[in-house]
Amino acid sequence: MKTIKNISRRSFVKSIGLASGGLIIACNTSIFSDKDKIPKDLIDFNPNLFVQLNSDGSLILIASRSEMGNGVRTSLPSIIADEMDADWEKVTVKQATGDKKYGDQNTDGSRSIRYLFEPMRKMGAIARTMLISAAAQKWDVSTSECSAENHFIVHSSGKKIGFGDLVEIAKTLKTPEEDTLTYKSPKDYKYIGKDLSSVDVKDYVTGSAIYGLDKRLPNMKFMAVQRCPVTFGTIKSFDKTDALKIPGVEAVIELPRIERPFGALGGVGVIASNTWAAFKGKEALKIEWDFGENEVYNSKKFMNQITKNVHKNGKVLKDKGNISKAFKKASKIIESTFQLPHLIHAPMEVPVAIAWVQGDSCEVWASTQTPQASRKEVIDYLKTSEEKVTINVTLLGGGFGRKSKPDYVVEATIASKEINAPVQVVWTREDEIKHGYYHTVSAQYLKASLNNEGNVTGWLHRFALPSISSTFAPGVEYASGGESGSATNLPFNIKNVKVEIGKAKAHVRIGWLRSVINIPHGFSINVFADELAYAAGKDPLDFRLNLIGEDRIVNPKAKNLKLNSARLKNVLKVAAKNAKWGKELPEGHAYGLAVHYSFFSYVASVVEVSMKNNKLRVHNVYTAIDCGVVVNRNTIKAQMEGAAIFGMSLAYYGKITVKDGAIEQSNFHDYKMIRMNETPTVHVEIVESTEKSTGVGEPGVPVIAPAIVNAIYKLTGKRYYNLPLSDHGIV
Amino acid sequence: MITLHINGEKHEINVSSEMPLLWAIRDIIGLTGTKYGCGKGLCGSCKVLLDNSPVQSCIIPVSAAEGKEILTIEGKSKNLQLLQQSWIDLNVPQCGFCQPGQLIAATALLDKNDNPNDTEIDEAMIGNICRCGTYQRIKKAIHKTVELKKQN
Ligand code: FES
Ligand code: FES
Repeated sequence: MKTIKNISRRSFVKSIGLASGGLIIACNTSIFSDKDKIPKDLIDFNPNLFVQLNSDGSLILIASRSEMGNGVRTSLPSIIADEMDADWEKVTVKQATGDKKYGDQNTDGSRSIRYLFEPMRKMGAIARTMLISAAAQKWDVSTSECSAENHFIVHSSGKKIGFGDLVEIAKTLKTPEEDTLTYKSPKDYKYIGKDLSSVDVKDYVTGSAIYGLDKRLPNMKFMAVQRCPVTFGTIKSFDKTDALKIPGVEAVIELPRIERPFGALGGVGVIASNTWAAFKGKEALKIEWDFGENEVYNSKKFMNQITKNVHKNGKVLKDKGNISKAFKKASKIIESTFQLPHLIHAPMEVPVAIAWVQGDSCEVWASTQTPQASRKEVIDYLKTSEEKVTINVTLLGGGFGRKSKPDYVVEATIASKEINAPVQVVWTREDEIKHGYYHTVSAQYLKASLNNEGNVTGWLHRFALPSISSTFAPGVEYASGGESGSATNLPFNIKNVKVEIGKAKAHVRIGWLRSVINIPHGFSINVFADELAYAAGKDPLDFRLNLIGEDRIVNPKAKNLKLNSARLKNVLKVAAKNAKWGKELPEGHAYGLAVHYSFFSYVASVVEVSMKNNKLRVHNVYTAIDCGVVVNRNTIKAQMEGAAIFGMSLAYYGKITVKDGAIEQSNFHDYKMIRMNETPTVHVEIVESTEKSTGVGEPGVPVIAPAIVNAIYKLTGKRYYNLPLSDHGIV
Repeated sequence: MITLHINGEKHEINVSSEMPLLWAIRDIIGLTGTKYGCGKGLCGSCKVLLDNSPVQSCIIPVSAAEGKEILTIEGKSKNLQLLQQSWIDLNVPQCGFCQPGQLIAATALLDKNDNPNDTEIDEAMIGNICRCGTYQRIKKAIHKTVELKKQN
């Protein structure tokens, strides 16, 4: 453990090292800005940046990550409260603004708990230690005779004092050194590992929760933007006459394209006194575009091209053993080609941000997963300094990766600066679907050899997909390392393995979407492994457990959190046991399975499907997850339930197509979602574990589509290599 | 001037009669619990009760709501309150954004049907998308509310 070092003597600010970058813990600086000070008659004690205890016993805990249904506003503070022995009833959660002092705030990659479990415990332990010292000082006893208990410090004699009554003394104490801190034993956890309700649940159900879309400022204007239908196309000319005639429209401005990964796309902004007028004004614009080079993009043709690229040799990423020899000696060769389309996030709340530029300062309110990146974009656009820019994070009506790309924050900033008033940019649903950062389109080719006993002796996996890196370094034509691990760390015990990548150029902005590369890789690997089981004449479950093979670390060279084959097999066994794999199912029903490791967590699902009049129905999903130590059981369950629906949506309907550079879909009629009537029952088991906490938000997604496809095969003998299933007329 | 009766209160607003009810409620009257999700009647985020019937306020012009009783998520109705409690008890919401619309749709269902079965629930809720995928808990919460009502 790194030691705390002083970085500023004046305010006795300290920092601790973190995997995610430095996190500053400051002492005796209020976590409130002057604007929202606590009532004057209260005294506050701020043992660190995440904790404020007031003299009335009320406790304010900071959530540094964004709430988008992932439950962080509950889980992160609950870790602090548990370690502090605080009473959860007395806790209010306050959202952090975007600031490096909170460490990494990018709520992305399913890592909030993984990164912050230990630091949050530390924040709680610091507070508890100081309160114990304060009580000991007050009673003139040794700290070893005192302990914390549900918002009180208790002396061995039985006397006790409330946390709030210790504030005055605690304030005067020095922050304890990090190596002197002690921690609760996991068996004494009060909140960690239990079911906690969301701190926002009441606001959600009464309509008082404030999302980016709901934030209002005095004199705030609403803006809708018409962007070029083709990515990175530019404006030749535009006519705003009709737009300005719409009642409520106040101004029409040209937004420049900011050529940065998270920069504004550019376009024409219609600014109005209400959202509807802005939307109507946008429709009334007449714009002539220069579509630019991406006009050549046709997703159908592109699919043929990348499919060709995986049918020839590619760039070698992994070459273990001797694949050609294995193929030559095979008693059976199986090969399949997989094609998956672009997807878009479609969070229920569209991207929304408010910016208020005043001189060289700017305050933002945004539904953002990444307040620090938002801040950086605003600072650079305004050419101003860090302290001049405040990013307030509202609740997010879903994110799924879309809201970690703050291009819409930049749009609001440009407009506010231009018209000298606070501006809320609201994307229409059509904008969200047509101008996003798309989940990549992919072609994959897999080939394997079986020997006489039906064991897999060789495995070749070739894939081509436009890389997310192309958004950051235009021109990149190959998948990055981060987009390859889920293929190269193949958790199967096969002697000869080769992984290659083919060329694929991006013609739209490519971005990450819930579970990212694990969607295509999780699909192809799981469907292909199932295909091999049938080719070998074996039960898919037995075959798969055998294919994963003996207990071992699959990627011994990985720095931390290595892939453990025993944990992978275990989740598969648990899901199969809960589904009673092998039992007699009702006539016309069948099971399919998939198992996948992503975001350092292990997830398996068994799904039960039926087909009636050639229409698919998913009845049950049995999911097992091993994500290490559980923080909030309720959240993990909810995330697995939600992931099943998210996975089903992409399996059934998920498809973005492009014609002459323009996205063809526009709203929920042609970019469909699973609805209530299609919903299965999702049964979740969380494997008990003492391992480090790992990802939850994303790893439930990749297994769903392949498990469904495998179940359909079992039932009908037909195997689908391309999604969505709506293309095959079965949903 | 257009007069709207929302949650028992009278509002006089000066807007074009074509403005969808959704935007009058959100931007003019300032009740932001009713959400925009698609603007095309496809997702149900904007549902309100108009004289006890669920409507997508994003495709209803404000003029069509004149003289009618509008109930939004901020309002009070017996079934709505019971449903809200079940929603809380079962931790239904994830991001929460679709839930006002879901609750309004469920309220309309229970107002008409004391004891809906699964198919009836599906039919009543089919117009409401939840991208977070909370359907299973929504269904459970509706059943739970029905049970509570039976006990009382
Ligand atoms: S916003 Fe009205 S139905 Fe979607
Ligand atoms: S709870 Fe997020 S969309 Fe329904």
